[in-house]
Amino acid sequence: MQFVINGRSLDADVDLRTSLLDLLRDHFGLSGTKKGCNQGACGACTVLVDGNRINSCLALAVQYQGRKITTVEGLTSNGALHPLQEAFVAHDGFQCGYCTPGQICSAIGMANELRTGVPSYVTADVAAEAITVDFDEIRERMSGNICRCGAYNGIIEAISETLGTIPLPEAKDAP
Amino acid sequence: MSIVQAALKKAIALAPDSWIPGGSPDPLIRERHGHVGQPVSRIDGPLKVAGKARFAAEFPIEGLTYAALHYSSVAKGRIVEIRTSEAEQAPGVVLVMTHRNAPSLAKAPAFGTNPKAAGGDDLAIMQDDRIHWNGQAVALVLAETQEQADHAQSLIRVDYEVDAASTSFEQAIADGTEPGQFMGEPLKLRIGDADALFATAPAKVDATYRTPGHNHNPIELHAATLAWSGDELRVHDASQAVTHAAWTLSQIFGIKEEQVHVTSPFVGGGFGSKTLWHHQILGAAAARLAKRPVRIVLSREGVFRTVGGRAPTEQRVALGARRDGTFDAIIHTGVTAMTPHNAMTEPFIIATRSLYAAKSFRLEVDTVKLNTVANTFMRAPGEAVGTFALESAIDELAAEIGMDPIELRIRNEPERDPTQGLPFSQRGIVAAWRAGAERFEWYKRQQRPRSVRDGDWLVGLGCATATYPYYRMPGGAARITVTRDGRAIVAVAAHEMGMGTATAQTQVIADRLGLSMDQVKFHYGDTSLPGIVLAGGSQQTASVGAGVVAAHRALVAEMLKLAGNDSPLAGLHPSEVGGFDGGLCALDDHDRRESYASILARAQRTEISVEAEASMPLEMQHWSMHSHAAMFCEARVNEVTGEVRISRFLGSFDCGRILNPKTAASQFRGGIIMGLGLALMEETQLDERTGRIMNPSLAEYHVPVHLDVPAIDVIWTDEADPRTPMGARGVGEIGITGVGAAVANAVFNATGKRVRDLPITLDKLL
Amino acid sequence: MTPFLYEKVSERGDALSLGTHPGAAYLGGGTNLVDLMREAIARPTLLVDVTGLSCKIEEDEKGGLRIGAGVKNTAVATDRRVRARFPLLAQAILAGASAQIRNMATVGGNVLQRTRCAYFYDDEAHCNKRSPGSGCDAIGGFNRNHAILGASPACAATHPSDMCVALAALDATVSIDGPRGSRDLPLTDFHRLPGDAPEIDTELRSGELITSIVLPSNGFSKRSSYRKVRDRSSYAFALVSVAAALELDGGRIKNVRLALGGVAHKPWRAHVAEAALAGRPATEAFFAEAAEAELRDAKGLRDNTFKIKLAKRVIVDSLVKLSNAKDAPR
Repeated sequence: MQFVINGRSLDADVDLRTSLLDLLRDHFGLSGTKKGCNQGACGACTVLVDGNRINSCLALAVQYQGRKITTVEGLTSNGALHPLQEAFVAHDGFQCGYCTPGQICSAIGMANELRTGVPSYVTADVAAEAITVDFDEIRERMSGNICRCGAYNGIIEAISETLGTIPLPEAKDAP
Repeated sequence: MSIVQAALKKAIALAPDSWIPGGSPDPLIRERHGHVGQPVSRIDGPLKVAGKARFAAEFPIEGLTYAALHYSSVAKGRIVEIRTSEAEQAPGVVLVMTHRNAPSLAKAPAFGTNPKAAGGDDLAIMQDDRIHWNGQAVALVLAETQEQADHAQSLIRVDYEVDAASTSFEQAIADGTEPGQFMGEPLKLRIGDADALFATAPAKVDATYRTPGHNHNPIELHAATLAWSGDELRVHDASQAVTHAAWTLSQIFGIKEEQVHVTSPFVGGGFGSKTLWHHQILGAAAARLAKRPVRIVLSREGVFRTVGGRAPTEQRVALGARRDGTFDAIIHTGVTAMTPHNAMTEPFIIATRSLYAAKSFRLEVDTVKLNTVANTFMRAPGEAVGTFALESAIDELAAEIGMDPIELRIRNEPERDPTQGLPFSQRGIVAAWRAGAERFEWYKRQQRPRSVRDGDWLVGLGCATATYPYYRMPGGAARITVTRDGRAIVAVAAHEMGMGTATAQTQVIADRLGLSMDQVKFHYGDTSLPGIVLAGGSQQTASVGAGVVAAHRALVAEMLKLAGNDSPLAGLHPSEVGGFDGGLCALDDHDRRESYASILARAQRTEISVEAEASMPLEMQHWSMHSHAAMFCEARVNEVTGEVRISRFLGSFDCGRILNPKTAASQFRGGIIMGLGLALMEETQLDERTGRIMNPSLAEYHVPVHLDVPAIDVIWTDEADPRTPMGARGVGEIGITGVGAAVANAVFNATGKRVRDLPITLDKLL
Repeated sequence: MTPFLYEKVSERGDALSLGTHPGAAYLGGGTNLVDLMREAIARPTLLVDVTGLSCKIEEDEKGGLRIGAGVKNTAVATDRRVRARFPLLAQAILAGASAQIRNMATVGGNVLQRTRCAYFYDDEAHCNKRSPGSGCDAIGGFNRNHAILGASPACAATHPSDMCVALAALDATVSIDGPRGSRDLPLTDFHRLPGDAPEIDTELRSGELITSIVLPSNGFSKRSSYRKVRDRSSYAFALVSVAAALELDGGRIKNVRLALGGVAHKPWRAHVAEAALAGRPATEAFFAEAAEAELRDAKGLRDNTFKIKLAKRVIVDSLVKLSNAKDAPR
């Protein structure tokens, strides 16, 4: 099977049962993407596929051949942290750091969704053209990423500060 | 307690201050212009946000095999037959280990039975056919890939002979209780005749409060990567007790402590759960049997099945007071659950021992034994649930006598420890209450419930006292190495689970040695380093701090020897010298100084390395040492649905000196958020018919998500505790305490409904 | 997970012919099926990946919308036509799961998701749905998330979808293709009550594939709401949810739709309440009477009796709010 991960084309001969998460962690050594529940209930495994955030634990790797996959390792460029990663450090948007890559990838996916007009359950009028991004909107949209250390305030601060300036990955099959 | 111990305790209490650690305050407390107190960003932050911090399951080893566990489905009994042949023949399977072929292992020394014991229970693991709880691992499969191991595990079939099991807390209470103990001391305290004074008190509250079982649920799954080389065992663990884990493993495998090397550079959350459980032991046994390295990562279900959580409690609080609010009697009694195979009693009366003055006390914890996975320490064991009961009852009493609940608390502020009689080392709870009340605009609270409405939402304010003791366990030690280029490496077998240890300790050490932060490296999470340091009881900072104090004293003495008579420091006693600006100086004359580089160069040394053990933590028996906080909550309850939303929260803390405001604030908020989970949604559901946990997942065991959590305000007094290293007390656990009551009290103020059973789910408010 | 073969298809005909193989299962986003396979509840030996089929949302000739079964949940909720004309559907989808899961999950898969009953998920428990004839541990155990309507002594599981509750209210139709030709079923008839065969969730026959969901033209865009009540504020399954839609003629009810989630083995269309309200004045008293009538046969179990009261309250509150909306959105 052939995969495009963080701009690199990678081959792997894997069991069909392998999840995208285990492919990244066990076969490609990309352990930045984390396993917290393996059942889509915590968001630690969030990666971007063609710019859209997904739970890689529920994804069979075989379904993602040839798609453009971005993991936390792909956010840094030439060793420099992404502005959102910098903001997470500045605002202490984590403690143990385990859910952090998922939170960061999720936030980037969320920014993409806001740009393409995806509403949320707390959007007052789902038919409205523009979505007002406020505290509730960001919290609802990030609720698929659990942080047991409780760094939620710092995470939201980091995202809020960076949101306007997040360089967005190209959205290939944006909804 | 033996007579000798009791006499010793009394002697320590009565000894002059100067004989006790903390008798003369840590000089760092006076230092106000260094790194301590600065909001320094985490030094491991860039690694963590880049996904480069390596956790236990992420260490590559050549020839690795992957483990999967098969769990028992009955609570008590024995295995009659275990059919493994299908699993053994499944593709990729390397080994199926059961009690029939597991290597001989000694019983795990349970936590508390030895200073270095770390076992969650004291069972002989996979040594016989006995089943002790529903979910116990009965087989381990090793395979070339995780997928193969998981599948093969599902092919194992077990027949059991079932014995009657105790799996109902309620039934067990009805069947009879036993007195509880905590850390070897009985959980029973009587002062005066509390029952008589309660009976005649003009104002009283007498209520029963219930809290369910809880699970820590750190997001990192419990995991270990293990390999044998001869009789040497290498463990990459997710651990908050590396030295304890290594010693305990050595006992189980009959090898020397030095033959077990445990490292744990990053831990993806612990909260009390990342100690030694069966998975590491079984992983090591399987690695030995298969002669291959093993990676064992528990599934989320596996964590619920084999790693214990907080035990349920049923607590009675009876308060007898005079009309002016002064307490005559505090009765806090009740029952909690434990198991036949552990010694951990959830000590829910601890906070009540020191919070309020009263004429009389009766405090008791009784226990029942359930056939479940061994319960264990979970963030603020005792206080987290004990303060829910006590602080709810105080709110009830305040309502009863028509007094502001903050004023009622302050009215009963003790001058000395109300049950031990010891002086307080430092206590600023009244200041914390005043500051918090002002900032939260408590004066706007309507005393009459159901007074404030916002659309469908009833709005209420509630408050509660939070508290957690200062602890320092014996065993602290540190090694300091100073090199000729003026850098220092400080090594302690401590842990970083996200508390900010590495960052805060680097700040402290930099100040103590007179260096910049980038000249200091703090090494931790490795059993080859000094110290028996548990990341638990909010004591790691103090333990490390005391070890560093001792090592620093030794360093100064050595340095002065090396400096000799040609140094400006000549003739000074080590106690007159401190670290300053890249070297040593006289404390009362900063011009008398010499740099480390200069001293080492003159002595023709490339480095100097000293190691020392911390003083015995006698200060805890000489002073009453506790942190406090005033917790304020604004809750909204939907009148249609009973849904509860927390719209504002403030914690006003008095925890000694705050070493790093940025990381400490995160610890406070994190504790409060776990407290919101405890208040509103967390409950481990044990099916009483089978003893099986029925919500072993993050989808069904609810913890707070982003939308549940408002912006949480935290403030603190920052008043140093003169009796602790650096003037600091722990900040990790206090945040969860008091929150359950603050929420319940706010819900009462909003709705007029008093919920005494946690969690406060919407059905209780419909 | 049991080993399986995998085929990705790009033609419906290929899917249908592979779908007849014994042990075959259609694979969409995998958000439910992969989990069930990992738990050894589903053990397909052939996965037919249909994510490449039916990925469009098209105008129906009668002014409704035809949503391909392969369309991702997020794409439905973001589609301008859905948001403007069927906001109830967008809201319901957005109430479900997390953004990550909605980005993966397909419409067809959402319709076919299985219950979240803890005893169904635990292969050591007795469960007639997982293992027919073995009994039901949920009825005497933890059943907070379980059914109060239409349950049987064999099963009290609930259907976990939010989207389907809106679809039920909107009179959606499920288009099916299969080895014996294509057919359409009203969504309200697609899911079954448990009866004595709770192992059968739906009317879908072996080898059949959902190809699309058809929404008739009336989306009740002026007055509709999806209200989900759960144990935390987001990312949790419904205790009770209510899809409500109203059309008023002066102060009278011209048309009303009500469907409930979290209360039954299927999305529960509240026909009794609707009938009670037709043509009546839009007042709280009538709403309450209708809710009462709908829940008259509701039965609570140990942990879920509160849902009866809760469902009534949310029905009434939803209708009151919709009827009071002065200048209803859109």
